[in-house]
Amino acid sequence: MIHFDNVTKVYANQNRPALDHVSVDVDKGEFVFLVGPSGSGKSTFLRLILKEERPDSGAIHVAGKDLSKLSNFKIPHLRRRIGCVFQDFRLLPNKNVYENVAFALEVIGKPRRFIRKVVPEVVELVGLEGKAHRMPDELSGGEQQRVAMARAFVNRPMILLADEPTGNIDPATSIGIMKVLDRINRTGTTVVMATHDAAIVDSMRKRVVELEDGKIVRDQSRGVYGQAY
Amino acid sequence: MRANFIFSEVWIGLRRNLTMTIAVVVTVAIGMALLGVGLMINSQISSMKDFWADKVEVSVFLCKKNDPFPQCKGSGGVTAQERAELETTIKAMPQVESVQFENADAAYKNFREQNANNTVLLSAIQVEDMPESLRVKLKDPETYGAVIEALKGAPGVSNVVNQKELLEKFFSLLEKVRWAAMMIAIILVFAATLLIGNTVRLSAFNRRRETGIMRLVGASNLYIQLPFVMEGVIAGLIGGVVAAVLLIVSKVFLFDGVQLYLSNNSELSWETLASIITLTMVIGVLICVLASFVTLRRYLRV
Repeated sequence: MIHFDNVTKVYANQNRPALDHVSVDVDKGEFVFLVGPSGSGKSTFLRLILKEERPDSGAIHVAGKDLSKLSNFKIPHLRRRIGCVFQDFRLLPNKNVYENVAFALEVIGKPRRFIRKVVPEVVELVGLEGKAHRMPDELSGGEQQRVAMARAFVNRPMILLADEPTGNIDPATSIGIMKVLDRINRTGTTVVMATHDAAIVDSMRKRVVELEDGKIVRDQSRGVYGQAY
Repeated sequence: MRANFIFSEVWIGLRRNLTMTIAVVVTVAIGMALLGVGLMINSQISSMKDFWADKVEVSVFLCKKNDPFPQCKGSGGVTAQERAELETTIKAMPQVESVQFENADAAYKNFREQNANNTVLLSAIQVEDMPESLRVKLKDPETYGAVIEALKGAPGVSNVVNQKELLEKFFSLLEKVRWAAMMIAIILVFAATLLIGNTVRLSAFNRRRETGIMRLVGASNLYIQLPFVMEGVIAGLIGGVVAAVLLIVSKVFLFDGVQLYLSNNSELSWETLASIITLTMVIGVLICVLASFVTLRRYLRV
């Protein structure tokens, strides 16, 4: 599903590469934790999958497509198959829960009838039934992140990328967020989650890829966060 | 659905930047109106040139009794013999096509027709005030120089007036006005481009959250950019409509008014005006679209 082959990425005005000859494979339906200290290359890894950045060398395949051969015109179609969740939720403050989720479908031109059918389903999947007409500022941090997950998942992407989704959320609420991510993973969606949260990684017992200074230093199935932290 | 979404976004964008939108509309309107006036003057000049092309004559005015012109001093006006000699001399010139004598009565009649609206002037001028003249028509209106040289100062001639010279002064004045209008129009178009650029930049900044999410969920570039471009198009269209109104007003009150004093046959037609309005509108909208697109490429990453 995601295939990195000897990928190196150096940002302009920086000597040290953000990713240094990284090769990794993520299969369909896998759940992968991406761990490592700040600046180790986790976010760069996720941005490369979205083709927000281009690698300096090496090849990246996502959902069977060679990203280096993907024209700019086709990037939106790639992104429709990838859902994204962030630490800061990125909801539209002037739209309610339903509208925030529906927005993701409206802007890719889905018919209204389809939107009316699938949005309530996804809102229920993330555990927000009955709160569809609340505004984001009326929701807790955990609930806002559930809205963001509903929006990321509503178009049934093949891959869900989560960049520290529990970074702004207390540990008790984080468990609920992880349950939703697990539920999404069980529908066959590949999940890649970058995180600092050792407790979550240790409790989930999923594959762990650890990055340090842009290099993969550990790739362990059913792993833990690691002793050093 | 799509159209609905885009129009609501456009409406929100225009309302948020209301003052900027007004600035764009006013600049586009004045710029396009001046461009249109320039084009109107242009078509007037060419239609008037056509109208006058076969009508310009060299008028050889003859001395009358007590004429104040120095050449005529003391004489009791042109004699019949002098007039006949003049006519033969002129007819003998190779450049001349025909000569016609116009007596005072005929001159007075023409004068009355040309100044039908000016009652003050009409009441002040009598038949006796009108000079007699020989109307010389040239084969080529450009060759007036030699004819005028030969006739100036000939006995019995008070003055030689070349209509072409008068017309040319008038046309060169019109051309200057046209150039001025065009230059100001170009400056205003430049200002409008910058204003639109700024409006789009503000809009893009205001809506960066929405566009960021649109990018993320895979909205196509066109879909992301269209609301911004539409804002420009609508501002341009409103400006174009205002410009059209200004042009119609200037035709009715300015151009048609001036025409009364010149010639009725070269009036600016409504068809010409319609095509000028269409052209200015298309240019206005095109400028808005181009300015929006160029700015979007800088401020909206896709």
